[in-house]
Amino acid sequence: MPHSTFLRFMGPSLIAMLLFIALPIVSIVVQSLYVEHPQVLITSETCQPFGGCTTTTTVDASATAQLREDEPLGQFNGLGTYFDRNHLAFREIREILRTADGVGDVVSRIYNLPLYKALAFTVTYCLLVTPLAMILGLMIALAVNTVPQMLKGPVIFFSLVPMLITPLVGALILFWMLNSEGILGAAIQNIFNDPNLSTRTSAPLTWATLIAYGTWTNAPFSFIVFYAGLQAVPRDTLEAAMIDGASRLERIRYVVLPSLKPLILFVLLVQLMDNFRVFEPIISFNAAANATSLSFLIYSSLNTQTTQLFGSAAATSVITIGFIAVLIVPILLRIARELSTGRG
Amino acid sequence: MADAVNRRPPMVVFVASGFVLLWLLIAAFPFAWTVWGSFKVQADFFSRDTWWHAILGTNTTRVTGDAFTGGGYYGAWVLTGFWRAALSTAIVTVFVTVISLTFGTLGGYALARSTHRYRFVILVAALFFRAMPEITVVSGYLYPFFALNIWGYLPTAIIVLVALNQPFTLWMMYSFFQGIPRDLDESALVDGCTRFQAFRLAIVPVMWPGVITTGLFSFLLAYNDFTVTGLVLNENNQTMVPKISSYLGQIQAQGNVMYAVAAVVSVAIPIFLLVMFFQRYLVSGLTAGAVKG
Repeated sequence: MPHSTFLRFMGPSLIAMLLFIALPIVSIVVQSLYVEHPQVLITSETCQPFGGCTTTTTVDASATAQLREDEPLGQFNGLGTYFDRNHLAFREIREILRTADGVGDVVSRIYNLPLYKALAFTVTYCLLVTPLAMILGLMIALAVNTVPQMLKGPVIFFSLVPMLITPLVGALILFWMLNSEGILGAAIQNIFNDPNLSTRTSAPLTWATLIAYGTWTNAPFSFIVFYAGLQAVPRDTLEAAMIDGASRLERIRYVVLPSLKPLILFVLLVQLMDNFRVFEPIISFNAAANATSLSFLIYSSLNTQTTQLFGSAAATSVITIGFIAVLIVPILLRIARELSTGRG
Repeated sequence: MADAVNRRPPMVVFVASGFVLLWLLIAAFPFAWTVWGSFKVQADFFSRDTWWHAILGTNTTRVTGDAFTGGGYYGAWVLTGFWRAALSTAIVTVFVTVISLTFGTLGGYALARSTHRYRFVILVAALFFRAMPEITVVSGYLYPFFALNIWGYLPTAIIVLVALNQPFTLWMMYSFFQGIPRDLDESALVDGCTRFQAFRLAIVPVMWPGVITTGLFSFLLAYNDFTVTGLVLNENNQTMVPKISSYLGQIQAQGNVMYAVAAVVSVAIPIFLLVMFFQRYLVSGLTAGAVKG
């Protein structure tokens, strides 16, 4: 296909991606170097005959508005935003390392820095939900493969719903059942015999319920993909393994799993990408006090009552994209190699 | 002999069936519970004393005289204007689906038929774009959108969603077109068609299964979105999902959680219908990417 024809077919899609994905990356890099103007303050000294002098500081509203209009992007701040307390906080960390006693203290104080708190949950969520959902999905796939035919249709139907449901809505449905007034929340309180145990007060419980939600909504994807893969496991190999006396578990371990390997890698890649952006459940669970994620931090910088903190949101975005790059680029390079050797 | 592989001891079938039924319960019960509860009053939906209240609607009967009430739905759709949000959602999803399919089909076709190396660059870049959380890009839009004075309107959200949809649509259509034999359009080229005529005459008639599958996922992406619609649309143009999140702030304080419950059920119902009617396409779409690796 000649270049010009390719470009004509590809054009609309390419322009859309360049304008609305590539350009915004440039835009966040630029924005992250600026910071909102501080308010213009006027200091005036009033002296009274007998009361002495007092200095008062007031905000010059019109000058502030004027300044914001002249330079709407804010003032140049260099990498300052990246290093402040709300982001990488290197100075605070040095301070913590200098003064803290014991590893526990270091960890808990670093955890109180917003970015590290978000990072801790994001990474934990990613690293727990991904394998849990994959294992659960594989178990469902193996079980469904065994049960009578008539069960299979309903299982696939009811499995697709938790996965395709709007994340905010699915998370709300679980949250209403899991919070202290819901049916499962009350059950949890009864089991632990602690009437005050609720997602509002207990951080571990919040994390656990969010991870339970993640597993619930992600397992079906693994199930569907693995179930399709199971239909393609070579029967000859299975029969040969049976004749050689392999038990059921051995057949799964040595025949089924190896033949699912490419699918496992595919599911792993997709799930890592999806779980790293975890965001809506934190809104639905109203969990920001106990668990935040990188996406949620960006959202809360943008969704403020007063001035939107573009600089802060942009810096967090750049850091997030940096993490993604470190995570994903090795896999991408592998895919690129496979594509160019003609396996795609 | 072939059935030797399929023969299972009854014990294994029993355990597997039990496990499958348990999963069915976990997957379906939350929805059944919420749909049932959406026709109750709040004291029944959140009844700590006994769950029989939620099932029988004791308080609902006391308050409204009937075991079921449409109060939540009335409050959401009529009193708080959820119908307007539903209308916005309909507009956004239809336009996003149609535009992203058009762009993605043309692009995916070009990628599948091109032999130049730069197509890999596009495919891998698209995968990287797909990996970035949407909100990182959205935070780059807001300031320019305010500056250009296009923040808040439906077309803005539609264009942004189309763009964010492209990486996925391109990959799906790319792998679908790879499965259509090259001979089909190449013979049309030999017969003197231009590339576009070949695409229209030879490819368009056979591409619909792939287009429907990809379209379903484009629809879901637009319908389920909260990140873009929540930050880019103003209050009058809000779609259903950000509208629900706005309920969480205000309505809980007013003690009308049931509006939010009714709205949640209203959003879930189209998804049920979609799964019911398009199950086969959805499954084939989910596994299509996997086969390609």
